[in-house]
Amino acid sequence: MKRFAALFATLDETRATNQKVAAMRRYFSESAPEDAAWGLYFLRGSRLKRLIAPSRIRVWAAQATALSEAVLDESYAHVGDLAETLALLLDTSGRAHDDDTPLSIWVQRLQALREADETAQRAALLQWWQQLPMLQCFLLNKLLTGELRVGVSAGLATRALAESAALLPALVNERLMGDWQPSAEAFRRVIAPVAMAATAPSDIAPRSAQPYPFCLANPLEADPAGLGAIDEFCVEWKWDGIRCQLIRRAGKTFLWSRGEEMLDGRFPEIEALAERLPDGCVLDGEVLAWREGQVLPFALLQKRIGRKQVGAKLLAEAPVALLAYDLLEWRGVDLREQPLARRRAQLETLAADHGLIVSPRVLAAGWSELAQLREGSRERGVEGLMLKRLDSPYRAGRKTGVWWKWKIDPLTFDGVLVYAQSGHGRRSNLYSDYTLAVWDGDALVPVAKAYSGLTDAELIEMDRWIRAHTREKFGPVRSVEPGQVFEIAFEGIAASSRHKSGIAMRFPRIRRWRRDKLAQDADRIETLRALLAQADTKIGDSSVED
Amino acid sequence: MWDVARGLVEQMDLIVPTPQGLYCPAGDFHIDPAAPVARAIITHGHGDHARPGSREYWGTDVGFGLLRERLGISAKIHKLRYGEILQFGAAKVSLHPAGHVLGSAQVRIEVDGEVWVVSGDYKREPDPSCAPFEPQKCDVFITESTFALPVYRWPDPSIVAREIFDWWQQCKVDGVCAMLCCYSLGKAQRILAELKIHTDEMVYLHGAMTRLVKLYRDAGVLMLPTDVVTNQPKNFDWKGRLVLAPPGASGTPWVKRFRPLSIGFASGWMRVRGSRRRQAYDRGFVLSDHADWPSLLRTIEETGAKRVLAMHGHTDALVLHLRERGIDAAPLELHHGASPGALNAATEAAAEIAAEAGALDHMSNNASGSTMDQHSELDFSED
Repeated sequence: MKRFAALFATLDETRATNQKVAAMRRYFSESAPEDAAWGLYFLRGSRLKRLIAPSRIRVWAAQATALSEAVLDESYAHVGDLAETLALLLDTSGRAHDDDTPLSIWVQRLQALREADETAQRAALLQWWQQLPMLQCFLLNKLLTGELRVGVSAGLATRALAESAALLPALVNERLMGDWQPSAEAFRRVIAPVAMAATAPSDIAPRSAQPYPFCLANPLEADPAGLGAIDEFCVEWKWDGIRCQLIRRAGKTFLWSRGEEMLDGRFPEIEALAERLPDGCVLDGEVLAWREGQVLPFALLQKRIGRKQVGAKLLAEAPVALLAYDLLEWRGVDLREQPLARRRAQLETLAADHGLIVSPRVLAAGWSELAQLREGSRERGVEGLMLKRLDSPYRAGRKTGVWWKWKIDPLTFDGVLVYAQSGHGRRSNLYSDYTLAVWDGDALVPVAKAYSGLTDAELIEMDRWIRAHTREKFGPVRSVEPGQVFEIAFEGIAASSRHKSGIAMRFPRIRRWRRDKLAQDADRIETLRALLAQADTKIGDSSVED
Repeated sequence: MWDVARGLVEQMDLIVPTPQGLYCPAGDFHIDPAAPVARAIITHGHGDHARPGSREYWGTDVGFGLLRERLGISAKIHKLRYGEILQFGAAKVSLHPAGHVLGSAQVRIEVDGEVWVVSGDYKREPDPSCAPFEPQKCDVFITESTFALPVYRWPDPSIVAREIFDWWQQCKVDGVCAMLCCYSLGKAQRILAELKIHTDEMVYLHGAMTRLVKLYRDAGVLMLPTDVVTNQPKNFDWKGRLVLAPPGASGTPWVKRFRPLSIGFASGWMRVRGSRRRQAYDRGFVLSDHADWPSLLRTIEETGAKRVLAMHGHTDALVLHLRERGIDAAPLELHHGASPGALNAATEAAAEIAAEAGALDHMSNNASGSTMDQHSELDFSED
């Protein structure tokens, strides 16, 4: 872990992308394959499942440091990150000695701990805490709590690996798709020269399940007329569902989310459909809650997301469908280099033969007519429009100029800040995570949590205000006097029994700090309920519990 | 002017908080007053401790030059040697080294055999630019608590100096200028003195630092040779040079001339990753002129005080910890300003730092001028 810690420190310190890539390249080429495999896994943003609850770690840390939990909590509130707080507290002098245990061994040790009883867990932790230098101790704590975040994107890590193996990033990315599990063998396969990888027999079987890297859209901020003529584009609605690849190969079906999570078994409707598809067929599309040609609210789809077993009742209440919009592989041939117009034509033929639903093209005579259609997005239950160049190949990642998303303006409300919590990473030791409330009679009811949207300077100003207007402290959370109003933007609203207000919002974030408004000027719960009622009417007769 | 309800208790106290700052009723003087008073004892020359406008001042002879710089040409300043005893009414008063910056002092007050000590700002690590802290036995100890959280624990300053030197040398290899941000009074001179065992190369200073560096030289502190940035010719090659600048300079056009450059920041706050990352400095060096957690505890123990009052900073954690150990501890809040005692030192520093980092550009529409004020004070404010 020493080498990984050194890499982490370098990535943490440098701002220049080239230097970050160079540091990762060095790490990959200098590490043993089993360690490089785990390094790659963490650099690409994957995490271990949480091993030990933070509350238990806190108790043991108090014992290890001989500090009371109250003093520990003060420290945590200041630092804003439990793993770092503990590493700093345990960093007593005279402990400079090194630890050369490789990263892969540490992962093994940690995973073995999952099965151990509490006494053994505690004993192991206390020993490691005593033995590790600060940065390694910090990383260990991060792995323990399942929170490790390294400040690089998955794409950058992939690029660095590709450079160190002298391969194309797209190829490395492809080899890493799906549920990639780190091991020396898996790492060797990823960096194997082109010819070898294709012939390695162990490589063929798992590959049949592999999705292609997703093509991602860029947000369109300017006038679409600047993009060219409207007939150069395939225009579709921007659906608010789960982006997926449906793979039918060798008589088997695989469904992958954009987050490269295997969704098999969760959507029997889609798997039933896939069985009718010929082998060597890969579709790109959106899973939606769908009934009789109508999209249902995201909240219904959400009920299906977490469920691995689906009962008849839920199937009836929240039926799903795949809306296909691209065909990436047909009869085993990779179509991605072909222009979208060709792929789309092939997709439409296929759909007619096999009962697939294709995301319809939105037709308009010109950009201004399209802009008018876009205004009706919310009523249709979509997020806006997608503009895809008809002559474009299917590109991996977010390439500019291929796919554009032209979203509608979000919904907004004015909320009063009632709770603040310190943030993580760059924002640790600043109170940056806000809970916003609206008026229900004379009371303020929390309705949303927002983490982003303020500039650093505004955050710091707010942090001072929060500290000066704290009512109560609960560990890292403070309740504050109702005095600050924020305009909150959000994407959707749904009824929820898990929230006190009975309302759940999607993607709430701070749009503006309303310094011009007093707490009493904030919105009332009735306003949000009216939005909720509007959202509900789109479901028609289907019952929404909660 | 203190709370009537608590009058009985406080009449027995040698030092009480007032809107002007700490006040000694028995001797009728203030310590580091926030507003003009008749008699002011000043612990050291930082802007939030030495403010102009009072009728008479007392401070150490070693720190006289800095006080003069701070308080103005017409201020009436009396010089005191460390340990020299003055009688103010019923109070015997003396100043003792605090190890914070040149001429910094603790204030010892004795009335009828009872001894109180006001620590001022202090640290316990060795510092070649000022006299080391000398613990004073006392009944009541009023301590600063800027970094009073157990996460703050300083590395050996000689190791930090080595890190700074190595970074400078690496900048030479990389062909970039090394710009180190640090506070103009105390930290800059300490670094110039610490680096002396590694080199005798010239270091270049931001204009705000030159007079303060000269005052240290006049006081006999040995430091690397320095020159002002603006003295250099227009096409001067900055590659591999070390430049010291106040943190406020890092976001300004003044910096352009040094490009390509690596920017470092030397401060106790650099101990925490969030503070380090937020300001996008290339390097953070953990170097503070304040006491860390172990030093605070050790010092409190060495004073033998039965009662401890904590001021300025993270008083909550320190008070909690001391009470758990059976020491009569309480926060001491100064009743001045709009938000009494609620501003947290870390936040203030974070605000300063971010403002310095150029974030001010985004704040031009803000109604609040507080960050602006701090910005203008930066060159003198400590950590």
